[in-house]
Amino acid sequence: MAGERRIGEVILAVDQISLSFGGVRALENVSFDVRRGEIRAIIGPNGAGKSSMLNVINGFYHPQEGRITFKGQTRTQMRTHEAAEQGIARTFQNIALFKGMSTLDNLMTGRNLKMKVNFLLQALHVGPARREEIAHREFVERIIDFLEIQAVRKVPVGRLPYGLQKRVELGRALAAEPDLLLLDEPMAGMNSEEKEDMCRFILDVNEEFGTTIVLIEHDMGVVMDISDRVVVLDYGRLLADGSPDEVRRDQAVIDAYLGAVHD
Amino acid sequence: MLYREAGLFKTTYTADQALFPIPLDRYFVLAVLAVAFLVVPLVANEYWLQAVLIPFLVFSMAALGLNLLTGYAGQISLGTGGFMAVGAYMTYKIATGFPDLPIVVAFLLSGLCAAAVGVLFGIPSLRIKGFYLAVATLAAQFFLSWMFNKVPWFYNYSPSGTVTAPPRTLLGITVTGPEASAEVRYLLALTLVAVLALAAKNLVRGRVGRGWMAIRDMDIAAEIIGFRPYRTKLLAFAVSSFYCGVAGAMSLFLWLGSAETEAFSINVSFQVLFMVIIGGLGSILGSFLGAAFITLVPVFLTNAPQLVGLSMPVDLQKHIELMIFGGLIVFFLIVEPHGLARLWQIAKEKLRRWPFPY
Repeated sequence: MAGERRIGEVILAVDQISLSFGGVRALENVSFDVRRGEIRAIIGPNGAGKSSMLNVINGFYHPQEGRITFKGQTRTQMRTHEAAEQGIARTFQNIALFKGMSTLDNLMTGRNLKMKVNFLLQALHVGPARREEIAHREFVERIIDFLEIQAVRKVPVGRLPYGLQKRVELGRALAAEPDLLLLDEPMAGMNSEEKEDMCRFILDVNEEFGTTIVLIEHDMGVVMDISDRVVVLDYGRLLADGSPDEVRRDQAVIDAYLGAVHD
Repeated sequence: MLYREAGLFKTTYTADQALFPIPLDRYFVLAVLAVAFLVVPLVANEYWLQAVLIPFLVFSMAALGLNLLTGYAGQISLGTGGFMAVGAYMTYKIATGFPDLPIVVAFLLSGLCAAAVGVLFGIPSLRIKGFYLAVATLAAQFFLSWMFNKVPWFYNYSPSGTVTAPPRTLLGITVTGPEASAEVRYLLALTLVAVLALAAKNLVRGRVGRGWMAIRDMDIAAEIIGFRPYRTKLLAFAVSSFYCGVAGAMSLFLWLGSAETEAFSINVSFQVLFMVIIGGLGSILGSFLGAAFITLVPVFLTNAPQLVGLSMPVDLQKHIELMIFGGLIVFFLIVEPHGLARLWQIAKEKLRRWPFPY
């Protein structure tokens, strides 16, 4: 991929992160960075600490050691809604949609940080409140068009099939207009056609909106195809970091995935 | 024309997001309001207003409040009676302390007092959920009942411990107290319910409501998308308690006339909870249907034997009434666990593709 033209400065730097739950070390001294506009993949065998890493980035887990610098601001502890306010959005490995709400309402929740009209005006639903709802509806409709989910706009998401739910969840994250989008296994459990659709959406998001994306994925074909740089984790440690080609040739990575020959 | 959504094409988001996107819905609601405001006061007698319609409105208001909290925000509360008591006693204090204040203002102020108390007892919701929260709100119910019983200041040191609605006028018409006519009290209650129901509907279709439902459906995801959990939950408690407080004030001033804390006991909390469950959690319409079911069916059952010409001993009739009522509740919950409002929604979906089911 000729990525140089659109990839900018470091937007997120993860520095010496260690995280443990009781005696279990989930992450140990992990450091890497993400540049603005790139697609960064995190791969690794099961239990390598990939999801924990995402949870640390968006403030859901608090690492015991290390620092995270996002858009020039360094922090050690932060609440998840503060991460959202700074421009980090994410999807989950096990879909975390609001099942009782329609597709449209789910996407509208993504706009909540952009909505400013006060409580009283909302209760009266006059003037500014009405205009604000319509303005954000228009934005959300663009995402609905983009993700091709027009037909299920008013359907409660609990009734949608799995693949569509994944798409709605991506839409909800996009509705927040994030600077950094974290995708936790966006293609898990999909057939190859759905995977291709999802890849197309991810690449389009990245190119059209310039959104920086960090994704976890198990499908190596997908990862090597769409990502600019890859981080490999194994047992909570950083195993390799580099372009897909470099990572593919890395002996430590090959050992981790295929098993090393011990003398 | 048939009543259905199919074939209605909207060309603007404004039209699509209207309160009632289906024209027939709109006409129907307007017709109901017109009948309720104009026809009912002329034709209904004292018994109908006092025993049926005013309690229905009072409980609709309380059910609306609880539905916002439990149905939309997913926080179970058994403190409804307590919050209603706050509304009733604070209106009493305000109305007797400031006799010149318009009574509607006193209603709204006491609603705000109830909201503050609701926030206070909503704080545990930040850490606990479900049944445990229900028990925590039960504490609110018992504490508030106890307080209004034991602190004489709240009932102006009256020796009997009861509070009596003082006569107050609005626009020159007596609206509360023993002199107020049932029609006037009914109209005031109806106005309050109509206005606050509209406000509730507006809230739940906007950002506030989406925040509540997000917290209800998946609190972690709600926080990650940027809703602050404590603010969202406490707002739900505040708004819900406001509605319950106004319901309590209506109950004392527009329905009962005088009351003790017994009128706002744990039984009331349960009754309102049943209304919300039977009517439909997470539905404004459901609050009304539930309130109607719980308040109107017993009235109907009481009068039914006379209507068909049966005469039976009063105690036997009372027993049969309770049995049928209990049976009906079980029946409706089995037929549709999501409440009466869901039945209506299903009917609507069926109509959409009738007569060509596929």
